[in-house]
Amino acid sequence: MTDEYTDNKIETKAADSSSGSYVPPAETIPAQEAPDQELYHAKSFWTKWVFCQDAKVIGIQYALTATAIGFIGLILSWGMRLQLGFPETFSFLGPATYYQSVTMHGMIMVIYLLTALFLGGFGNYLIPLMVGARDMVFPYVNMVSYWMFLVAVLVLIASFFVPGGPTGAGWTLYPPQAILPGTPGSEMGIVLMLVSLSLFVIGFTMGGLNYVITILQSRTRGMTLMRMPLTIWGIFTATVLALLAFPALFVACIMMTLDNLLGTSFFMPEIFTMGEKLEYGGGSPILFQHLFWFFGHPEVYIVALPAFGIVSDLISVHARKNVFGYRMMVWAIVIIGALSFIVWAHHMYVSGMNPWFGFFFATTTLIIAVPTAIKVYNWVLTLWRGNIHLTIPMLFSLGFIVTFVNGGITGLFLGNVIIDVPLSDTYFVVAHFHMVMGIAPLMVVFGAIYHWYPLITGRHLNQTLGKIHFWITFVGAYAIYFPMHYLGFIGVPRRYFEMYDSPYMTSGVGLNQFITVAALIVGFTQILFLYNIFTSWYKGEKSERNPWKANSLEWHTPDYPPTHGNFGKELPVVYRWPYDFSVPGSDKEYIPQDVPPSQVPTAKAEQT
Amino acid sequence: MFVAIVFALIIVASIVFHFWSPWWWTPVASNWGNIDDTIILTFWVTGAVFVAVCLFMSYCVWEYRYRPERKAEYKPEDKKLEFRLTWLTALGVVALLAPGLVVWNKYITVPENAFKIEVLAYQWGWNYRLPGDDGVLGKTSVGFINDDNPYGLDLSDPNSKDDILVMDADLHLKINQPVKIELRSLDVLHNFYIPQFRAKMDTLPGIITYYWFTPEKKGEYEILCAEYCGTGHYAMRGYVKVDEEQDYSNWLAKQISFEKMLTKKELNKNLLIAEK
Repeated sequence: MTDEYTDNKIETKAADSSSGSYVPPAETIPAQEAPDQELYHAKSFWTKWVFCQDAKVIGIQYALTATAIGFIGLILSWGMRLQLGFPETFSFLGPATYYQSVTMHGMIMVIYLLTALFLGGFGNYLIPLMVGARDMVFPYVNMVSYWMFLVAVLVLIASFFVPGGPTGAGWTLYPPQAILPGTPGSEMGIVLMLVSLSLFVIGFTMGGLNYVITILQSRTRGMTLMRMPLTIWGIFTATVLALLAFPALFVACIMMTLDNLLGTSFFMPEIFTMGEKLEYGGGSPILFQHLFWFFGHPEVYIVALPAFGIVSDLISVHARKNVFGYRMMVWAIVIIGALSFIVWAHHMYVSGMNPWFGFFFATTTLIIAVPTAIKVYNWVLTLWRGNIHLTIPMLFSLGFIVTFVNGGITGLFLGNVIIDVPLSDTYFVVAHFHMVMGIAPLMVVFGAIYHWYPLITGRHLNQTLGKIHFWITFVGAYAIYFPMHYLGFIGVPRRYFEMYDSPYMTSGVGLNQFITVAALIVGFTQILFLYNIFTSWYKGEKSERNPWKANSLEWHTPDYPPTHGNFGKELPVVYRWPYDFSVPGSDKEYIPQDVPPSQVPTAKAEQT
Repeated sequence: MFVAIVFALIIVASIVFHFWSPWWWTPVASNWGNIDDTIILTFWVTGAVFVAVCLFMSYCVWEYRYRPERKAEYKPEDKKLEFRLTWLTALGVVALLAPGLVVWNKYITVPENAFKIEVLAYQWGWNYRLPGDDGVLGKTSVGFINDDNPYGLDLSDPNSKDDILVMDADLHLKINQPVKIELRSLDVLHNFYIPQFRAKMDTLPGIITYYWFTPEKKGEYEILCAEYCGTGHYAMRGYVKVDEEQDYSNWLAKQISFEKMLTKKELNKNLLIAEK
């Protein structure tokens, strides 16, 4: 008893200090501080659906564009896998094409699919709805953000059609090779890639400012920071990271473009190639790597943190239980985000930087394991003593836990500097990052789409197709990447067009063929998913209001699915966190965020 | 029911795969056996955590599957449990990190008696340079490279004359002799990697990087380039042959020093002129 008593007290205090102001007793509603937002009302088809300023539509535009380019990334991976699994049968792919596929696959998946989908897609759709705002604070800038993203994607696609083809420098684009003739696409391909990335960063900054300011300034009355759904915490922290990390990529892109086009030497030392000494001199290739990974490591968490947040909400709603250790979860997200800026050089242990850095970066990297592990424990403990509905979002969440834990623990190998020495640049790394920032976040993307699809369209996705989609994707992806770690243990290097006949590599031939077949099956299953999305849009089973019985605001709009302006005449007022499921003493199984305590007098909910 | 069983089975299958799969690392052929030890330690600690978390998850899915009459527990926090889990994890992380850092310290501390070898990487191949009797490698710069001076050696540096140039993708090493590999690149990034030695480091144009090891097993080991370096990356191979003392001396005797190469080239030139 005494334990619980102190707990409550601490909790109230924490809520006070974090929101920076006094939290009123639950029943008194503070007066609205600022007048309601003036919204732009679209009149024509063009302003309503194309050049649209409604965050919900922009979110869908982002998601569709990201998915489209993502499918190109998927198809590129098939080419790579055919070459690796069956080099004799599929000889149409030369080394240059292979390296171009590797490069474009990586860049597309990390930046143009995952980043754009989580922040541009889910961020736009969910932020205003979940914090109780009518729209983003700068709807016009938000619209421009999407169109910049589209232009970036088009420039990227254009690079497939220029002389020399797209760049084949690897997604890390390391100089000097990225802009020297020994690398495919070193003519126009690399220039278009750098331009496209710069455009992406510009577009993202417009969107990102919107997400952060909307969350900080436009929350409805009663929505304290410590009452926000973890989805919003994840997207918020990821956006802050992105706003701080993308500039490093931006300057790196600009500097490399100058090296390439104007002959500056930011990243180019004295080089002797093709029988002559080039005119470069005095630059440092490692400087680029520092800039790239100063962006690149936070980028991992830019993808992972929204996934962490969303999956917490999915697990809680579908297990009918509050998120275990909510405050710990919030702090873990914030601490992971902060630490992610001082670990970047763990990608560079064998890059030739000063070896003493190894001690520092190995230590910071392994410290991140602690808050990350806490999040894993809390997800599993949320399931514990829950009442678990094995819906498709829940299945994907479970798949996320398995793949994320798997990919997380292999991070403990690669983060520990000396273990990284034999394993870096091998298939162990490929398996690790696909598991942890490819498959795991994609599991959440899928789960989230099955979860929020009814909110967007008013219809459910087909359940049978969904279950097939889940089992093949999860089991198949696990079968691809789990054995791949063992290729890395053998020492098989990544980015090899062909293995030839080294004895320890030929032992992996059967494994490579198996992985290729599994990858093709998993890939084709995604077409099934796409089919499901498009047909359910007009043929799917009609969804009742709030089908999952969730508490967060997006399910409690006056119109379902929510319309322009989100909340009708009156913005909702929030009285509690979004996790009041199965509250003792209450006859209601769940208590939405906008239900005042007076309506559930018997509920013994903890003060949040 | 079905779901919980499948998840548990996947974990069991992963364990079975580990014990039955023929894929594991090659036997270590250098002094870096303790890198393997740290990997093994990490493997079992993290493997146990992975299995425990996933099996516990499967158990929850089975035990707490939806029943209409069940009511989920309402317990936002459990300070004691969270506190314990945090410290337990922190301890585990320290246990993995500490030995790793000790071995890393060894990796970057080159022993006094290490024999210096320059590895010169280019698109796409390997060359080597050994110090002559003075035991010192002469200074270099890509600016000095020409047909007579393929390594770009500084002619004014007295140490460079007796340097031995191995213009071949294959390198011989004396068994049990610690070597410090000094890495240089003419053009782009490469990485000198021999899986059996466990060690690797990037080569960069413009700076010299290094690592060291002691070959402890006789044999022939393939060199792989482990840093993507352009279209020919996958074909950038070579061999290291670890010899007994006698075989090594025989091989070394056949190699040519920079000075000899210069005089030979000079002779050839004079011959050509004389013929004309």
